[in-house]
Amino acid sequence: MIESKRSTPGTGRGGSASLSGGGASNLGDILERVLDRGVVIAGDIRVNLLDIELLTIKLRLVIASVDTAKEMGIDWWEHDPWLNGGGRHLAEENKRLRERLAVLEEDRPTLEARDAESGRESQAEVTEHGE
Amino acid sequence: MASEAGTYLYAVATDLDKPAPTDLTGVSGGAVRVISHSGLVAYVSTVSLDEFGEEPLRTSMEDLDWLSRTARTHHQVVETVAVSAPTAPVRLITVYSGDEQVEDLLRRRREDFSEVLARIAGRWEWGVKVYAEAVGPPSSPETAPGGGEETNPGTAYLKRRQASLRDREKDRRHAVAAADEIHETLSAYAVAARRHRTQDPQLSGRQEWMVLNGAYLIDGDNGEEFTRILDGLRKPGIQAELTGPWVPYSFTVTADAAGGPDGSG
Repeated sequence: MIESKRSTPGTGRGGSASLSGGGASNLGDILERVLDRGVVIAGDIRVNLLDIELLTIKLRLVIASVDTAKEMGIDWWEHDPWLNGGGRHLAEENKRLRERLAVLEEDRPTLEARDAESGRESQAEVTEHGE
Repeated sequence: MASEAGTYLYAVATDLDKPAPTDLTGVSGGAVRVISHSGLVAYVSTVSLDEFGEEPLRTSMEDLDWLSRTARTHHQVVETVAVSAPTAPVRLITVYSGDEQVEDLLRRRREDFSEVLARIAGRWEWGVKVYAEAVGPPSSPETAPGGGEETNPGTAYLKRRQASLRDREKDRRHAVAAADEIHETLSAYAVAARRHRTQDPQLSGRQEWMVLNGAYLIDGDNGEEFTRILDGLRKPGIQAELTGPWVPYSFTVTADAAGGPDGSG
């Protein structure tokens, strides 16, 4: 079903379950502290994180900006239990529309592929926007 | 090429002339040892630059398992050390060429470290995260009127989505106001306070909107009172989550390292 797939769009890498895992201190809180706080020593140093560009997606998640979060808020509706509760409706409507589309656009099969593509793009934007 | 070694620094603590913990294992399995100088003690372990050099780190920092393991080990060393002496945690992956450089650091930065350690001695950091909750069930979605097939289901859907977003915006504003109030009240009680960037849902592991990610430096005996104050600030529409006590990670900014505008109190 579409909704069940879409309700966890951001957690695709499978890492987030462990990020919030139980225990006295969850890993997310630890990562935030050890990566983003604590004494930073510049200068006579062999290797530190300042030398390494922190631009991997995972680290951006760790040091997510408010802006990123705001953008993510835009798709709250995707996680909304109320809307998901009504999700069966949407799924049916969706299916009907897809069927109609399929009939109408039978000779242009690329369209749906493009739709899917742009959906993925906007998802990517959400995770990659922050600094 | 031959594998070079580096000295990985975890934390700098006040030297209370106590025996150092001997059973601590550091990142990548090395034994944690101490370097004492100028009334300070640095906790370090030897690492291979095959693992902790810049090049390998570029890859391993993206490996969440590796990162988790390293972060947890680092944190554990910091926590263990902090039980017996005021401790300033050092940022993850701070590697020196050798012990002499660390010794030199303690000598050169004695005053900075002493100042930080004096500020956090006998105090702990408490974390408060506040999330916005959807308040109550939203107004029931208008179902598509009777025409069934002929009405445009896409439009109806968009309308519902718009209405939902408006409700969300209202909830969010409400929650942000509540968060400001909580932060103000807790800051007034705390020795020092910091408002950090809110966590991404993937990091917090929660779908709810985070509106406050605060850190509060609290005297050792006052943790319970702090908890009580927070409990008095809880209200419908928000969820407040308390973590701690932590080693004061958020209150270790030294004068010359303060990159940001948030000078310490």
